[in-house]
Amino acid sequence: MNWENVSQFLHMGGYGFYVWGSFGLSFALLALELLLLSVRRRTLLKRLGQIQRLNTP
Amino acid sequence: MSTINWYKYASPASFYGLAGKMIPGFAALSGILFIVGLYIGFFVAPTDAQQGEAYRIIFIHVPAAWMSMFIYVIMAIYAGIGLAFNTRLSSMMAQALAPTGALFCSIALFTGAFWGKPMWGAWWVWDARLTSQLILFFLYIGFISLQAAIDDPKRSDRAGALIALVGVVNVPIIYFSVKWWNTLHQGASINLTRAPSMAHTMLAGMLIMALACWMYAIAVTLYRVRLVILERERHSTWVAQLLKDMK
Repeated sequence: MNWENVSQFLHMGGYGFYVWGSFGLSFALLALELLLLSVRRRTLLKRLGQIQRLNTP
Repeated sequence: MSTINWYKYASPASFYGLAGKMIPGFAALSGILFIVGLYIGFFVAPTDAQQGEAYRIIFIHVPAAWMSMFIYVIMAIYAGIGLAFNTRLSSMMAQALAPTGALFCSIALFTGAFWGKPMWGAWWVWDARLTSQLILFFLYIGFISLQAAIDDPKRSDRAGALIALVGVVNVPIIYFSVKWWNTLHQGASINLTRAPSMAHTMLAGMLIMALACWMYAIAVTLYRVRLVILERERHSTWVAQLLKDMK
C-alpha cells in the first residue's frame, strides 16, 4: 500500500493539484460526453415523434 | 453449420439493432476495467524514483494519447471506405468516432500540461510531440466542423473523408516525433526499462486503463452512431415503424 492515510493520498507527495487535476478533468469530460449524448438522444426522439405526428392524418 | 450473413449488418437499419445490443456489454467492461486500472495505478504501482507521485498522470495521459491516434486512423479508414465504396454506414461510423477522438485528444493535451508544469516548469512548449498532437486536435475539429457545415450528407461525407485521409499523415509524425526530433517529451518506454519490479505493475495499470478507454470509446461510438443513423434515415419506413413501436 502506498498511502498511510487519506490526506497523504490526496496530497500525492506534493503533486496533488496536478494528479487530481488530470484525473478529475478527464473523467469530468467523459461524464459530460455521456450527458450530452443522452440529451441529444432525447431531443432527437422528441423531434422525430413530432414530425411523425404531423405526418399521420 | 449455419452461416451469418455479415452483409446484413452493413445496412444501417440492421446495424441499429445490433449496436443497441452491444452497448451494455462494452459499457460494463469499461466500468470494470477503469476501476481495476485506477486501483492498480494508485494503490499497487509504487512511487517513481525520479518523478515521485506526479508520474501517476501517465495512467490517463498515455491511454488517452494512444486512443486519440487509434481513433483517428480508424475514423480515416471508415471515411475512406465510405468514399471509395459509397457505403453509408462507414461514413456514419467515421462521423460517430470523431467527437470521442477529439475528446481523448484534448485529454492527452491537458493531462500533458498538468504533467509538464511540475516536471519541465512549463504548461506548454512548442516541441515536435506536443505540436503534432495539437495539429491532430485541429484535424478532429476540422473534420467535425466541415461535416457540420455541409447539409447534404453525401457531400459532407466526401469532404470529411478528404480531410481525414490527408490528416492521417500526421499520426506517424506524432508517434515518431520523439525519435526524429530532439524533444523535451520523453521517449516511449523510458519508465519501463528502469526497475523491472516497477515495470510490471506500471505497465499493467497503463494497459488496463488503455483497454478501459477502448471499451468506453466503442460503447460511446455505438451509441452515437445509432443517433446518426436515426437522424439520417428519419424519412425511411423502418424509422417510422421504430418510433411507432417505442410508444
